[in-house]
Amino acid sequence: MAHVAVVRFPGSNCETETLAAVVRAGGTAELVDYRATSLGTAEVVILPGGFSYGDYLRSGAIARFAPVMAAVQAHAAGGGHVIGICNGFQILCEAQLLPGALLQNAQRHFTSRPVDVRIERNTTCCTADYARNEVIRIPIAHGEGRYVADAPTLALLEGEGRVVLRYVTVPGTDMPANPNGSLNDIAGICNATGTVVGFMPHPERLADTTLGSDAGHRFFTSIVSSLASGVGT
Amino acid sequence: MAEPFPGERPVTEAVVREHKINAGEYVAILELLGREPTLTELGIFSALWSEHCSYKHTKHILRKFPVDGPQVVQGPGENAGVLRLPDGWAVAFKIESHNHPTAVEPYQGASTGVGGILRDVFTMGARPVAVLNSLRFGPLDEPRNRFLFAGAVKGVGDYGNCIGVPTLGGEVSFAPCYSGNPLVNAMAVGILREADLIGASAEGVGNILLTVGAKTGRDGIHGASFASEDLTAESEKRRPQVQVGDPFTEKLLLEASLELITGHYIVAIQDMGAAGLTSSSAEMAARGGVGVELDTSKVPTREPGMTPYEIMLSESQERMLVVAEPHRLEEIRRVCQKWDLDATPVGRVTDDGLFRIIHDGRTVAAIPGQELVDGCPRYAPPAAEGVEVRARRAARPQVDDLDPVIALERLLDTPTIASKRWVFEQYDGTVRAGSVAPPGGEAGILRVAECRFGIAMTVDCNSRHVLLDPYEGGKGVVAEAARNIACTGARPLGITDCLNFGSPETPAIYFQFEEACRGISDACRAFGTPVTGGNVSLYNQSPMGAIDPTPTVGMIGLIDDVTKAVPSHFQNSGDAILMLGHRTGHLGGSAYWAEVLDTVAGAPPAVDLAAEKALQDFLVMVAERQLLHSAHDLSDGGLAVALAECCIGGPWATTVFGATVDLARHADGVSDIGWLFGEEGASVIASCAPVHVAELQRLGATLGVRCHYLGLVGEQEGTVEVLRDERSWRWSARKLREIYMNAIPRRMSGDVTEGVN
Repeated sequence: MAHVAVVRFPGSNCETETLAAVVRAGGTAELVDYRATSLGTAEVVILPGGFSYGDYLRSGAIARFAPVMAAVQAHAAGGGHVIGICNGFQILCEAQLLPGALLQNAQRHFTSRPVDVRIERNTTCCTADYARNEVIRIPIAHGEGRYVADAPTLALLEGEGRVVLRYVTVPGTDMPANPNGSLNDIAGICNATGTVVGFMPHPERLADTTLGSDAGHRFFTSIVSSLASGVGT
Repeated sequence: MAEPFPGERPVTEAVVREHKINAGEYVAILELLGREPTLTELGIFSALWSEHCSYKHTKHILRKFPVDGPQVVQGPGENAGVLRLPDGWAVAFKIESHNHPTAVEPYQGASTGVGGILRDVFTMGARPVAVLNSLRFGPLDEPRNRFLFAGAVKGVGDYGNCIGVPTLGGEVSFAPCYSGNPLVNAMAVGILREADLIGASAEGVGNILLTVGAKTGRDGIHGASFASEDLTAESEKRRPQVQVGDPFTEKLLLEASLELITGHYIVAIQDMGAAGLTSSSAEMAARGGVGVELDTSKVPTREPGMTPYEIMLSESQERMLVVAEPHRLEEIRRVCQKWDLDATPVGRVTDDGLFRIIHDGRTVAAIPGQELVDGCPRYAPPAAEGVEVRARRAARPQVDDLDPVIALERLLDTPTIASKRWVFEQYDGTVRAGSVAPPGGEAGILRVAECRFGIAMTVDCNSRHVLLDPYEGGKGVVAEAARNIACTGARPLGITDCLNFGSPETPAIYFQFEEACRGISDACRAFGTPVTGGNVSLYNQSPMGAIDPTPTVGMIGLIDDVTKAVPSHFQNSGDAILMLGHRTGHLGGSAYWAEVLDTVAGAPPAVDLAAEKALQDFLVMVAERQLLHSAHDLSDGGLAVALAECCIGGPWATTVFGATVDLARHADGVSDIGWLFGEEGASVIASCAPVHVAELQRLGATLGVRCHYLGLVGEQEGTVEVLRDERSWRWSARKLREIYMNAIPRRMSGDVTEGVN
């Protein structure tokens, strides 16, 4: 069974539902304090959403120096799976586990709403249970989600198929498909080996049919089934 | 006996006046103390005897609210009200105003309003799970109003977003009376195990008092008295009295407080809100019938040299006062350290009933504690209805009616009626993964933990109706809230209220207050929804005049099975459209008159409480049987606006629906305009599978609720069509959506600078 560590930084606020989503998908999960120096037996680490340290400076800029990040770096360096959701994605970029940066939304305010995203890479540990190019609708909620990177990096990401999620237009929607001005409509990316993944949308918030949709549930079944079958490891 | 703190000003007549203490009140202070107060004592009196803390003009009226019911766990008097839910759960909730700070510093004013109300809820031992708010501003064509509105929305958003509490609903409205005095009312909702409920009553002589959280600074000194006076041209100078919020510290304080409470480490806890350390310590002592002694030189401060006066009156945010048994100190410190917070002993519970402040070994205040909290002179000023209001109620528009096609488009373009998507998109609506319905519907719905049941919540106030007839308007506010709750299939359980009015010293305004409260009371009795607490905000007036009376009501409902929650908008082409309730075409006080004909006039509808209750019962019954596909109440703009909203769909819908509605068979004597735009309460537009129409009509008859069959939901991207005899009116559903969605963004795309009034 897949065991997942969900890291809690001071100011994290999505750790409970992230943990619940893993358990609902059949995995086991535990909260790991930001002061921890070891991730225990976890095979997957999730950096959840929230406002680590208040994000008063720049999202994720302080969290990358939290003691637990050394263990996360080591886990990633050893080929272990690391997933960053929203603030977690921002931390992964600040920690240079993923390239590029997340700047203030183009519309200059926090935006919370559903977005339509296409799963462009389904060979990561958290997207394996989706069909390639499947479009799903899940929520975003962030003030700093505008993905930017220099042209060579963008070319590399596109060329190597490392754009995991991309914002797309669905007919009838009267909202801009790209909710924050991200370059190339990028919603999520991964590292060269596909083991470190970061994205802005929140699948854990829509992973239960009681809430009207479970479009995000398969991120978590993917984690559980990929590890059980050894895919992507 | 207390002595002045070295260096502090002597208490002169001018100093007393500056503290907003009138001659009678000063005499009461002299009698209570048997001597002149020290400056520190005067400051303490001025805070606790301010309108904001003492309710000196209103308490005798608030006492008439119904407060009992089998569902009530905690009524008024604590930090928040608490209602019972199934399976050992309970819901704590409260609404509070932050109007005056917002008027001078919208971002911090609104943001600390959210912070304060969240603390009121988590000090009960409840985890905050939702925020709602009611915002009122002057018209958006003025840059200053856009500045205040944009700043307040960002402030509300930034605070709640950072803490991780979703905003599940609210209302935003615009009228000229709010230009000089905007309103920000924030409501927080929390969930707890009933067994974990904790109070704010200092008990146990010898127990210690601790401050937990942020250090005390010089911000917000005299905030409570600022909130108890008119806004004037001088108010800008009050900006330093507006507190500054730090949601990150609040998040840590939230987690630490809940751990202290659910781990049973502490005896009592209270937020240091308005009047800071003064009100929290004095109120906790009075509730427990004990004395307290505080040593202000032990309170952690942000800067050296703060006087006891400043420490007692600071309204620095994100601070808690905790009462605990002395031997738990180390455990409490350990919990706080886990969350990177300080816990500092600053005093103790005593048996002499005195409220005593010591600084560097010197007693700077010693006041009989019970009298300090309860002894403020009370006022029951004269109340008389204003002549101008009577004239307005008798008036009618002096202009011709507008073509209904244009009138509906104009109503949908009215910011008060139009979609608030621009607003709630800036608030996190999905964090905690419990939100069942998106914002923009009848009421927010939240699943409780992983249970089957959920809670529905709404805030409402039609201040135009309250202005024109405060008694009927007051009833109407509760009726509208209950209708919104019941539309989702939830049963109304109880309310919290935020009573925003002008100066109580004006008879016409005091009349509004008394009558609106009487209306709220009568409606709450009829619906079985007791008042569990709330807040009074008076002196909402500026040189531009007083605000319209705005008694905002926050209501909580219980839905047994969240999977049966009824959506607010049409779901399927071919569904039958029903109008539940009766139509009289009442136009007095309507949005049509106000927004289309520019005439705030007429008597608002008399609220038929029995009909409202029957409609609520019916909605809950048919939701439980899953007979409805949607339900949407008629309020501002009447049937036409409600029908349009049902077709337009939710904020993120990818399609709109047409509809064909034939009014011919229900016409009987009501004018076209009355049918389309009248507002009479107790009515709802619903949709259902055509096969269920007869069943709904049969069930309606058992409760005395008429179910008029109006027509069918049309094609996606179709036409909204209303027929009456040989007349008909048509709109493109997509065009209506565009108008409705763009009304606020297009106004906010203009200049948003601070400007001047």
